[in-house]
Amino acid sequence: MPFIPHTEDETRAMLAALGVATLDDLFDEIPADLRGGEFPLPPGSTEMEVAREMRRLAGNNRPLVCFAGGGAYEHHIPAAVWQIAVRGEYMSAYTPYQAEASQGTLQVLYEYQSMLASLCALEVSNASLYDGASALAEALLMAVRVHRARAKRVLLPRTVAPGYRRVVRTLLAPQEVEILEIPYDETQGRIDPDRLAAYEGQDVAALVLPQPNYFGQLEEVDALTGWAERQGVVTVALVNPIALGLLKPPGEWGTRGADLACGDGQPFGIPLSGGGPYFGFLCCRREHVHQLPGRLVARTVDSAGREGFVLTLQAREQHIRRGKATSNICTNQGLMATAATIHLALLGPEGLRRTALRCHHRTRDLVRRLVAVPGVERVFEGACFHEAVLRLPRPPREVLARLASRSILGGIALGLDYPELAEGLLVCATELRTEAELEAYAQALNEILAEPWA
Amino acid sequence: MGLIFDLSQPGRRAGVQVPAQPAEPPEIPERFLRSAAPRLLEVSELDAVRHYTRLSQRNYAVDTQFYPLGSCTMKYNPKVCHALATLPAFLELHPEGMEWGGQGTLACLFELQEWLQTITGMTAVSLVPAAGAQGEFAGVAMIRAYHRARGDTARSEMLVPDAAHGTNPASAAMGGFRVQQIPTDRDGNLDLEALGAAVGPQTAGLMLTNPSTLGVFEKHIETIAAIVHAAGGLMYYDGANLNAILGLVRPADMGFDVIHLNLHKTFATPHGGGGPGAGPVGVREPLLPFLPLPRVVREGSRYRWLTEADCPDSIGRLLAFGGNIGVLLRAYVYLRLLGKEGLARVARYATLNANYLQKCLIEAGFTAAFPQRRAVHEFALTLKRLRKERQITALDVAKRLLDHGFYAPTVDFPQLIPECLLIEPTETESKETLDRFVEAMSAILREAESDPATVRTAPHSLAVGRLDEVGAARRLDVAYRRESEAAVPEPAAFPGNQ
Repeated sequence: MPFIPHTEDETRAMLAALGVATLDDLFDEIPADLRGGEFPLPPGSTEMEVAREMRRLAGNNRPLVCFAGGGAYEHHIPAAVWQIAVRGEYMSAYTPYQAEASQGTLQVLYEYQSMLASLCALEVSNASLYDGASALAEALLMAVRVHRARAKRVLLPRTVAPGYRRVVRTLLAPQEVEILEIPYDETQGRIDPDRLAAYEGQDVAALVLPQPNYFGQLEEVDALTGWAERQGVVTVALVNPIALGLLKPPGEWGTRGADLACGDGQPFGIPLSGGGPYFGFLCCRREHVHQLPGRLVARTVDSAGREGFVLTLQAREQHIRRGKATSNICTNQGLMATAATIHLALLGPEGLRRTALRCHHRTRDLVRRLVAVPGVERVFEGACFHEAVLRLPRPPREVLARLASRSILGGIALGLDYPELAEGLLVCATELRTEAELEAYAQALNEILAEPWA
Repeated sequence: MGLIFDLSQPGRRAGVQVPAQPAEPPEIPERFLRSAAPRLLEVSELDAVRHYTRLSQRNYAVDTQFYPLGSCTMKYNPKVCHALATLPAFLELHPEGMEWGGQGTLACLFELQEWLQTITGMTAVSLVPAAGAQGEFAGVAMIRAYHRARGDTARSEMLVPDAAHGTNPASAAMGGFRVQQIPTDRDGNLDLEALGAAVGPQTAGLMLTNPSTLGVFEKHIETIAAIVHAAGGLMYYDGANLNAILGLVRPADMGFDVIHLNLHKTFATPHGGGGPGAGPVGVREPLLPFLPLPRVVREGSRYRWLTEADCPDSIGRLLAFGGNIGVLLRAYVYLRLLGKEGLARVARYATLNANYLQKCLIEAGFTAAFPQRRAVHEFALTLKRLRKERQITALDVAKRLLDHGFYAPTVDFPQLIPECLLIEPTETESKETLDRFVEAMSAILREAESDPATVRTAPHSLAVGRLDEVGAARRLDVAYRRESEAAVPEPAAFPGNQ
């Protein structure tokens, strides 16, 4: 019996102690007609058989050299990260309700919070949310709660990842928060700060500022944050955590800094895994901590004055406040936050800065090589971080399919989400890409574009 | 034990992890750049490895301890599930490359959808919710979409039992519903009279866990479903306790229209000290159009994600990508190992263990909250007598259990049971472990007589004693940097932009 330790004698003894004859007698309170369901499923297998089958299925995945980003990035992950994170003591523990027997998880999360808050230059970080998109939605719900007039309108630029905007719509719809989408400047591929004047006096609670934005372009965050400050609008920074090794942190934008910062922590040691599990982060100012969703760990002392860690401000949370909680979130992405903490400890500030710089340079080199291919050009002007939008002379979806047959994941076609960018391809090169891979991509693209097209 | 920050030395590095110093500055204008390095830490690789390995040893976990945490189903997480879900071919897949590179992953997810449909009796399943609470949100959002699609906009109220998990009312509120609480009767069943009085044209649905959080099977489930359906409402199944009836009873047969499952409970995926979990949702036919995206379909021998173009009435996306796929793969492996007969065995032995443990604890002098009822996979004790006679709370007993080498049961939940311990042994624990637990509980009971102060001030044998939670909230130190600013040396001049 898989994972059930009972011997026949023990089962008999336990049933006898309960005064019943069979295991099924234990279900006598369940109406009989509910127990007649059919379960047409295959029989169980041994570990050896299942391993063989899973290896076969894994073999149906095809490795592709990755030039796609769009919210998920392939970075180097030190071997130590997951060798430690998967220790049973971390992996098979529950949410640390009994603090004294969960000091490992609690201290890791405190260190995690410290690192994330420091990176964003804000005072508080929670202990993780599901992913970047749901973190953005939670941040916007929080922004509405902390806004002075609790206005129910938020500004969501079209330079925010389309997938994120969809999640925001799903999660904000029931709260009847109105979402106003801000267009982008067609030359620069970023929000035009001058265009924000149109939203003045419009009862707006929050402005989302992606840095870098979905196109990889850098937003004029100081000017935009300054506008929000003057309008009493809550600024929600949406940031790539690797970029924070190089770029100005949200807490230093404008004159006061952004109020909230969120994003996806996947670049910190989390494998791509087809899209998850990743983790979301959310940082805020101290003054807003009571409106923060999710778990929060605090340092404290025990009865003998020894330092220790506990979950704190739980009155914000569903298990105490129920229908009036700041969010329904319970289980979050604790193990991912654990891995990210170890990852950041190994990288250090200099490792993070150099990684960010390498990604930036690699993407620059990639763009240089690809725009040398006839018919390919960069769409937007201005600085980018580690992604860029190119215009292709052939339909990007079809080009991607042909690249895939040469084991290259060439980027993300933008046309579905941005009809005006029907020829647009979003490309990315992280520190993992080699010169040879960049060259191979450029050569493949060159050959594909020279092929006959229907 | 000190913080990792205490080990930091300016200039120290985990050298092999740090790329070489780039020769060129970034092609980014000054105004976008950091002026100072972030206040992270600088340690060697061994420093970090030793620190986080030693920290792990300060946790109780299923791999090291009996973890009878009620309603959390802390069963053994088979190592092979982890090993096979983390094969490089599964890990190295970019979400945007799924169509070309991810046929193997999609095949597993498709099969998992099918297994979960069969297990629950639902028409279709979406695997995307990242945890139970997100599944609940998806469920209530689908209920809302269903009523609206029929032009029935008056259904603004969600019914939730008073014994429900806190996530139920919180999810209903996030879904835009007013929450109406329904009381429980003396036998632990939903109060049918109160339910009958509460339903009406404003009722969107009822969220129910069955077996309930009180550790009993809701006997009148068919009557309850009939009452809610007659009023035009839908039945929502919180799958937190599915372990008790796995492979024996299908939620669809109980009258449920929408369900969520917790793969990190029933399907043995690790809880990770607070996630990642997975909370797939399933629906009956009428709610099919509203399922969250994406879902996997098979077309001939190929698999692909369904999108908005296929499902225009979907409640939409809950995550940027396709869900906690690594968790879903682990659950898939688990199901393949168990097979049809293994599922029912899980429920049978989980129930045997809970009933046996309850019986032994009653014999040891403890009071069950519902002694007149058969326990399911978990049961509730009430320690109100201990509180009255010895001023010892359920929390005190829980903390003292830690000294005996056991993690604690769920404390003070459900809130309507005074001084409650909710105990769930799961099927993967042996009779010997249960007997040792009974011995520990008996010892604590004796100690409550002979030396109550020791129980009240437990734990005594862990790295830290009882922690000051009130002080933690009052002083609120939630990040190292803020409290200990002075201890951090000023960052060196930052060479990033020269």
